[in-house]
Amino acid sequence: MSDAAHPLAITAALSGRKTFFTYGVWIVAAIILAALPHIFSSGLALTTMSLMGIMIVFALSYNMLLGQTGLLSFGHAVYFGLGGFLTVHAMNMVEGNAIPLPLFAFPLIGGLVGLLFGVIFGAVSTRRAGTAFAMITLGIGELVASSALILRHAFGGEAGITTDRTNLVHLFGISFGPQIQVYYLIAAWALVSTAAMYALTRTPFGRICNAVRDNPERARFIGYNTQTVRFMAFSFSGLFAGIAGGLAAINFELMSSAQLGLTQSGAVVVMTFIGGVGEFAGPIIGAILITYLQVTLSDVTDAWELYFGLLFIATVMFVPEGIAGLLAKQRPLIAARQLHRVLPYYALALIPGLVALCGFCLLVEMAYQLTVHASDGPAMSFFHIPFSAAGLAPWAVAAALFAGGLWLFRRAARMSADVYGDALAVARKRRNAA
Amino acid sequence: MFEIVFISTLNGILYGMLLFLMASGLTVIFSMMGVLNFAHAGFYMLGAFFGFEISRRIGFWPGLVIAPVLVGLIGMMVERYGLRRVHRHGHVAELLFTFGLTYVIQQGVEMVWGKLPVDYKVPPSLDFSAFTVFSTNYPAFKLFELLISIAIFLALLLVVKRSRIGLVVQAALDHPEMVARLGHDVDRIFMLVFGVGTGLAAIAGVIAGPALVTQSNMAGLLGPILFVVVVVGGLGSLGGAFIASLLIGLLQTFAVASNMSLADLFGGLDPGGTAAVYFGDIWSVTVAQVAPIMPYLLLVLILIFRPRGLMGTRET
Amino acid sequence: MMNKLALAAAALSILGLSAMPAAADGTLKLAYVDPLSGGGASIGQLGLNQLKFIAEKVNAKGGVNGEKLEIVPFDNQVNPQKSLVQVQKAIDQGIQIIVQGNGSSVGVAIEDFLRKYNERNPGKSVVYLNYAAIDPILTNEKCSYWHFAWDAAVNIKLEALTNYLKNQKDVKKVYLIDQDYSFGHSVADTTVKMLKEKRPDIKIVGNEFHPLVKVTDFSPYIAKIKASGADTVITGNWGQDFALLIKAAGDAGLKVKWYTFYAGGAGGPTAVKQAGLAGQVFQITEGINNIDYKPAQEVIRAYMKAYPKEPVYYPRLFNLTGMLFKAIEEAKSDDPAKFAPKLEGMKYKTFSSGDEGFMRASDHQFFQPLYISTLEPVDTKKEFDEENTGWGWKQVAQIPVKDTITQTTCKMKRPG
Repeated sequence: MSDAAHPLAITAALSGRKTFFTYGVWIVAAIILAALPHIFSSGLALTTMSLMGIMIVFALSYNMLLGQTGLLSFGHAVYFGLGGFLTVHAMNMVEGNAIPLPLFAFPLIGGLVGLLFGVIFGAVSTRRAGTAFAMITLGIGELVASSALILRHAFGGEAGITTDRTNLVHLFGISFGPQIQVYYLIAAWALVSTAAMYALTRTPFGRICNAVRDNPERARFIGYNTQTVRFMAFSFSGLFAGIAGGLAAINFELMSSAQLGLTQSGAVVVMTFIGGVGEFAGPIIGAILITYLQVTLSDVTDAWELYFGLLFIATVMFVPEGIAGLLAKQRPLIAARQLHRVLPYYALALIPGLVALCGFCLLVEMAYQLTVHASDGPAMSFFHIPFSAAGLAPWAVAAALFAGGLWLFRRAARMSADVYGDALAVARKRRNAA
Repeated sequence: MFEIVFISTLNGILYGMLLFLMASGLTVIFSMMGVLNFAHAGFYMLGAFFGFEISRRIGFWPGLVIAPVLVGLIGMMVERYGLRRVHRHGHVAELLFTFGLTYVIQQGVEMVWGKLPVDYKVPPSLDFSAFTVFSTNYPAFKLFELLISIAIFLALLLVVKRSRIGLVVQAALDHPEMVARLGHDVDRIFMLVFGVGTGLAAIAGVIAGPALVTQSNMAGLLGPILFVVVVVGGLGSLGGAFIASLLIGLLQTFAVASNMSLADLFGGLDPGGTAAVYFGDIWSVTVAQVAPIMPYLLLVLILIFRPRGLMGTRET
Repeated sequence: MMNKLALAAAALSILGLSAMPAAADGTLKLAYVDPLSGGGASIGQLGLNQLKFIAEKVNAKGGVNGEKLEIVPFDNQVNPQKSLVQVQKAIDQGIQIIVQGNGSSVGVAIEDFLRKYNERNPGKSVVYLNYAAIDPILTNEKCSYWHFAWDAAVNIKLEALTNYLKNQKDVKKVYLIDQDYSFGHSVADTTVKMLKEKRPDIKIVGNEFHPLVKVTDFSPYIAKIKASGADTVITGNWGQDFALLIKAAGDAGLKVKWYTFYAGGAGGPTAVKQAGLAGQVFQITEGINNIDYKPAQEVIRAYMKAYPKEPVYYPRLFNLTGMLFKAIEEAKSDDPAKFAPKLEGMKYKTFSSGDEGFMRASDHQFFQPLYISTLEPVDTKKEFDEENTGWGWKQVAQIPVKDTITQTTCKMKRPG
């Protein structure tokens, strides 16, 4: 996130434009967040968007570790879950005692709890970096998840702890019963948290985190204690994970031990990485995309875990910078007005790419029909086209689509890469000239 | 008392050796390539299912040889066409690659063998009780597990410490250019190491399959216990992994035999008030209850106080 | 900007995110919310198959109240939060009947969610039909008007089991081993309490808990059981925790009687056979396939023709759907607000034996005869075996309905 990565900001030396990019983005984001429920108004859409808001905060908090400080954690759900649990407890306590604390303030409780546990566990785990750190977080994650089942009273056992968000003080007549009110609460908190986390990356502390990630020796050399930096990053990350947990508690009115287990920790790794760890916006994109896939994919296909795994592997292998990284690569081109040169080539690559994807999905779905769904017989449909998976023809078609599409895609991709290289060279030349 | 101690020691050693059997492949890959293979349990599961499939067609013994070879070949393909590409992005990317692989392997197994457990049996030639102590039977298959585990340990030790291949492999991790300049194909070395590691995982699967439950979720249910073994033992140390396995096996077994709880230790000092409601559970938890999660505590403690592990040569 | 948004909206609505019209004309839709992928999928798929089979049968006969029955599956991966999203999805599609079973955590989440949903959205009631979640909390502390339970709750099963053990004079020393979470604890605590009342002479020689699905080697636990001198072990373990426990017992040559909740669960019979414990492992359920009752036998045979690898796992799904259809036909409406009162107190001849059970109005718990059965080799030509092992469940005792009745603490809040 160095300045060099923002050539736009440099080329646009006009101070007015710069101000727009500092504040305008947030205003636009707020307007979009406010408008979204008017476009997608179904119950499911509201639930999904609320979930996305929660996961955005969670994934961003995770990227404070992975992307900005270079710490791979496998136990981040601990702070999310503990923050959520304490929020639910706090809600139930306030409900009985008529303390005038509105629902709006409760995610902060989750955040403070996340911070507290971030400080406690951070003190022990951030003494190491690298694989050792990853393993400590894995161990702590297992310990906390197992303890949550054993401490049945504090964590509500298998059933978890439920609460009723409408039983709190109603400010301005808002009961928070309808999902839309909860959506706005989550959206507001997500916006504020995102802004806060972004601001943190622009402080000297954020820069030192990057230094500790890129070259710990040099950071030590210029007088920073790398362990302290890691510890602070970890604590802040716990704070925001806790806020996300508090939001989840309000959204579901329920917290259960599944929320602090390995699956949840794994999900945030996947989201952050697919979105892109190198850009601030990466985890946001990842959280939106993966949440959407999680909600919808399992209805469309039973093989969703396979697609999920393959998507992740493909990202690690071919686009390790993530979706946001891919987009960020276009930034110098936009600045130098070179994007129009490459776009046709991208489209050229996209079409066979989609064809290959179609062929591949068809292969997987047919294989699934014949194995996992053997008892349903070979009759199936793909994109509403009915056929039998037992015949040879569909297999031949699918294989042809896949192989042909892939071959064309690879050729087109190579061409796009060449054109991109040329365009980038032009962009660089212009920038140097300016 | 003597009975409990004796039986616990025996059970602890047997369990520890099973752990080593399952973790040996992970250690090999971790210590020689620096890759913590998250998909290890997946390859272990593949071994179990291949072993099951071969044993019901030809027999258990051919399965013990063929299944690991097949899985090893798959492992080599994965290294050649997947992991190698990722290698230049660093260890985090490698780790995440194997993380994604677990989903794919699991789904693959589900497609072929379904979601229900399969009936993978102990071979008839080993299906008898080897000896009886204090009226507890010990099946011959468990002794077989023990023998294979020790044999693998000794064989690996010999290869790594005493053979030229072992030296080259170890050098390849730290000084790949140097090794390449000496005329060795570093890429091929890594591919072979990954093949051997996954093959060892498969051996564990073929043997543990009949003893445990062979099902498409067995990889997930195994959990991260094997990482504990490898990390506690220390990076780059086979001996460390061996000792860590024994240690964890014994720790867990003896803990199960103990019924102590905090309430026993501090009998009169029951915490009162609300704290009792929420933390009363912790007060009455016995050592036996938490035995299976003790290894994770051990992992955290070891990494904090002795990050190189029990016998590791360098920090991770 | 607006153009782009509109475009995005169009794209998303194609993908299915935006509102779908409630399409209930002429079809009766049941949302089946259970694991269909991941670790718990094996059991979730069994339930779905059975429901699909029931739907086919019913539709062939002209449907329910003139409506075609449709089962809509929703995969929840046994995750409570995910389940709530799926329930929301079902409600968006206009479905008003949710069927779920696996995991009391999910059960409580759905029960609580629907209680609030029905309160906040009067006139659009959604009902939750529970076929397998058996935490007593569901019909006691958390009981709800919109929840009906068909499987016997833990305390009911144990009431029945202890009423049976009361007369088994050879049971003298009992060992309890359970998973260390709320279900395991409620099994252990209830057993201890009930045995103390009914058979004070029985000694509880051990009350052990182990973490949920974390144990690979159960031999130390078996050694403890052996050292205690127990003649009977009662366990609520399921899945891998049951299979590994029973295999370790077989390996060590432990000779005790096992009374279990889930020996019949996926993988259980295979493990019991591998352990060689013929006639030593018992389970308590609401029905088994080998009961000499013609109508059930015919249905099971027809089912196994459609799904050859699986016998009927959930006889209670037949009870659930049968009673639901009866209530809808009596109310002449598929609106839960109208048919739920018909379910309350309904008497119904159970699927497995034709003996009568009833849905208790005060807590919406179905009471039915329970069966204690044991797994042993059967004649596969005449009788049903499990998981192709050649071993099947044989009835040991029937516990009549009156011996299964327990008290409830439920104070039900009724609508209106």
